Amino acid sequence: MGINTDPSLGGQGFLTTKVREIANWGRKNSLWPMPFGTACCAIEMMGVFCSRYDLARFGAEVNRFSPRQADLMIVSGTITYKMASVCRRIYDQMPEPKWVIAMGSCTCGGGPFDSYAVVQGIDEFLPVDVYVGGCPPRPEALIDAVMKIQMKIDNEEAPLL
Amino acid sequence: MNQQEQEIIDSIKDTLSDNIKNIYEFRGETSLTIEKEKLLEICKRLIDEYRFIYLADLTAVDYLEVKIPRFEMVYYLHRFDKDYEGNTRIRIKVELSGDEPEIDSVTSLWKGADWLEREVYDMFGINFKGHPDLRRILMPEDYEEFPLRKDFDVRNREPSKKSFQNDLISGNN
Repeated sequence: MGINTDPSLGGQGFLTTKVREIANWGRKNSLWPMPFGTACCAIEMMGVFCSRYDLARFGAEVNRFSPRQADLMIVSGTITYKMASVCRRIYDQMPEPKWVIAMGSCTCGGGPFDSYAVVQGIDEFLPVDVYVGGCPPRPEALIDAVMKIQMKIDNEEAPLL
Repeated sequence: MNQQEQEIIDSIKDTLSDNIKNIYEFRGETSLTIEKEKLLEICKRLIDEYRFIYLADLTAVDYLEVKIPRFEMVYYLHRFDKDYEGNTRIRIKVELSGDEPEIDSVTSLWKGADWLEREVYDMFGINFKGHPDLRRILMPEDYEEFPLRKDFDVRNREPSKKSFQNDLISGNN
C-alpha cells in the first residue's frame, strides 16, 4: 500500500494497493461475530465484548444474533448432538467468507462430558479455524483467538469481485 | 421430625396401613412403599385427606443387578400449612417389574406431573398409562435408547449420532 500526494495528480492524495490486501484489511478489521453461546463460556465471551476487555478495539464489537449478518462464529459452550444440528444450520446460514472459533474445552473436545449426549469436539461437524482451550478460557485467550483469525484473514487469497 | 409432622405421618400409617407394603424413616424423612395398582387411590386420599397438594418431584431408579423388581418410581409429595410445623414431605415408592414397565400416570391428580413423567419415560422407558402426551422431552424424538438405564453404556454416542444425521438430512431442527 502506498499514499500518493503528488500535486500534479490533484494534491488530495490517493492510495495504491492490491485488491487482495484492501479486501483482507477490511474484513479482518470489521469482523462481525455471531455468538453461539450454550454454556458458561458464553459468560466469559460477554466479558470479552464488554468494556473491560473491549473486543471493539479489534473491530469485532458488532454482535449479530442473525447469522446472515455475521462472518465469525464463536461457539462457546457444550454442544450436545441435539444442539449440533442447530449449530450446523446456523453456520450454513452465514454468508461467505466465514470463520469459526471453538471456545473452551467442551467445544474443542467435549470437555469433562464424556457422555452419550455431548459432541466430542465441534470439528465433528464444523470447520474450525481457531481452538481456544480452557474451562472457561480467560478473555485474553479469546482476544488472542480473534487476533489469530485476523492473521489468518491477512493471508487469504484474492476475493472474486 | 417435629410433633405435628409426626402426627400426620402416624395418621397416614393408621389409615393406609392395609395398602402400605413397607414404611421406613431415615433422618426425619418417611418413605412408603405401596402397591402399583393402589397408586392413584392412595395419592387421591393423600390429597383429599392430608392436603398433599404439591408434587415436588417424580423420578425413577434402575436397580439392575441390585434387586428384583428392577425399577422403582419415587414420588415426593409436599403439604403446605399455615404454620411452619405443618409443612411435611413424604416419599412414595412403587416397585415396577419387567423390562418394559408400566404404571398409572398421576397427571390427573397433579398437572405438574406431565413433563416429569415425560422425562422419566425419556430416560428410563417407563410407560405411563393415561398420560396426555407421552413423548420424549430431552433426547431427540427418533432416539431409540433409554440412557439412564443401567444396561445402557453412558459413552455410547452412536444413537445420538444417528439422530443428528437424520436431523441434518431432514432439516428438522
